[in-house]
Amino acid sequence: MAVVKADLEACQGYANCVVGAEDYFDIDDDGVVVLLRAEVSESDRGRVEEAARSCPVSALLVEDQ
Amino acid sequence: MTSTVIVGSSVGGVRTAQALRSEGYDGEVVLVGEESELPYDKPPLSKGLLAGTATADSVRLLTQDAADRAGIRLLLGHRATRVDVAANLVELQGHDPLRYDHLVVATGARARPSPWGERPGIHVVRVLRDAQLLRQDLLDGGHVVVVGAGFIGAEVASTARLLDLEVTLVDPLPVPMSRVLNPEVGGWFVDLHRRHGVRSIFGVGVEAIDGELGDFTVRLTDGSELAAAVVVVGIGAEPNDGWLRSSGLVVDNGLVCDQYCRAVDADNVFGVGDVARWFHPGYGAEMRVEHWTNAVDQAVCVAHNIAHPDDLRVYAPVEYVWSDQHDWKVQVVGRTSGTTEHVVVGDPAEDNRFAVLYTRDGTTLSGAAVVNWPRALIGCRRALRDGSRLAQVHDALTAQASKVQE
Ligand SMILES: Cc1cc2nc3c(=O)[nH]c(=O)nc-3n(C[C@H](O)[C@H](O)[C@H](O)COP(=O)(O)OP(=O)(O)OC[C@H]3O[C@@H](n4cnc5c(N)ncnc54)[C@H](O)[C@@H]3O)c2cc1C
Ligand code: SF4
Repeated sequence: MAVVKADLEACQGYANCVVGAEDYFDIDDDGVVVLLRAEVSESDRGRVEEAARSCPVSALLVEDQ
Repeated sequence: MTSTVIVGSSVGGVRTAQALRSEGYDGEVVLVGEESELPYDKPPLSKGLLAGTATADSVRLLTQDAADRAGIRLLLGHRATRVDVAANLVELQGHDPLRYDHLVVATGARARPSPWGERPGIHVVRVLRDAQLLRQDLLDGGHVVVVGAGFIGAEVASTARLLDLEVTLVDPLPVPMSRVLNPEVGGWFVDLHRRHGVRSIFGVGVEAIDGELGDFTVRLTDGSELAAAVVVVGIGAEPNDGWLRSSGLVVDNGLVCDQYCRAVDADNVFGVGDVARWFHPGYGAEMRVEHWTNAVDQAVCVAHNIAHPDDLRVYAPVEYVWSDQHDWKVQVVGRTSGTTEHVVVGDPAEDNRFAVLYTRDGTTLSGAAVVNWPRALIGCRRALRDGSRLAQVHDALTAQASKVQE
């Protein structure tokens, strides 16, 4: 099972990840990313990886657990 | 084995290579780049890298290790010089030609060169080396004149202020951002620079630049002169499409592509990023966009279309660009130009956080400019995707604004 991790210090609130995968990412009132779930199923993996790579500050990482 | 050759090793090229793997493509992926540097990201070049908070290492888009793990062959330091479309070959400088099944053109854009001479101390900012050289000159101190108050010029001016330098921003337009964001909003940017100690000379062009590093004289069209230690020229970019000219591919201020991002007359050649002019089916018009998120989204679309030729996806994005200027994080989505109809939520002067909502037909939201307000930005991006009414978005943001203030 893969998991997605967020670097909350690095996040700048650009929201590209939210647009890419709304079921995994949201943003709180301070403009910091919120992980709606951490575990990434195999079938979602490509899509979540692409959302993670759309982060301009590389704050998101999908990795094997 | 099938092979995809990607030419251009910046964000568009790198993200295409990575997305091919995420899409399950199992052919060979070769990433060709003119620069011998490992791929790096451009937005920090006018921000953190210039300020000294980012380094060449911290802005890498891909390491050799990550490339190996993803099965991406890096071929750096070789400029592509020609495509033979009939033979499916790309010719390279200093390397044998590469055969491809699919070719991705991601050669981006270059800074429009200074029309007032190019010599040490007169800078453009496009590649890593540009930013490093400019930083060295900035650290020597002295008055900086920035010509061009678009995104990059404005960012360089703001970074130079951060370094405590004396800065003058010159632009021939009376209100620089007014064409994109309209005159009222453009005026707030003028105020922003003034508040942060940038001297601005707008509505006046540059006639000539005399002198040398440390001792320039910038002569303006109104007859006045500015002394400068360093000059930065930020007057836009031009697509790197010259190497395609002899290929027979249609090139017209960018590689001309269809709605699937395929070159109009070669459906195994694709365009990605700043160099691609493609047909946006949602707008019914050709577009070429010089924004980071466009390069990334287009890369994903192209990778999908290469990996799944039976399930072609059209590329119809909502434009998105951000820019960091002084204490403003500016984010612009959708279409904000070509209309004067807009409403504002929040107060630019009072709370340093606001959203400008634009409409083209008087009813539907067509675009938004948001400053220091990430949640409003998400609301606008969703509303644009769903085609929401301006009034509805306005109400939602107004409610959110009062909630945050409590
Ligand atoms: C200083 C600066 C700040 C920016 N800030 C922002 C920002 O805040 N927000 C935002 O949204 N956008 C920003 N942008 C724009 C964004 O960086 C670009 O849209 C993005 O880099 C486009 O990516 P690309 O891969 O299409 O092209 P490019 O980044 O231009 O890369 C093209 C690559 O192709 C290579 N190449 C060119 N010709 C050849 C050839 N013949 N053979 C082989 N290789 C070749 C080049 O060396 C280069 O590596 C900024 C750009 C700059 C320069
Ligand atoms: S894209 Fe990156 S910076 Fe933007 S909200 Fe997501 S994690 Fe944060």
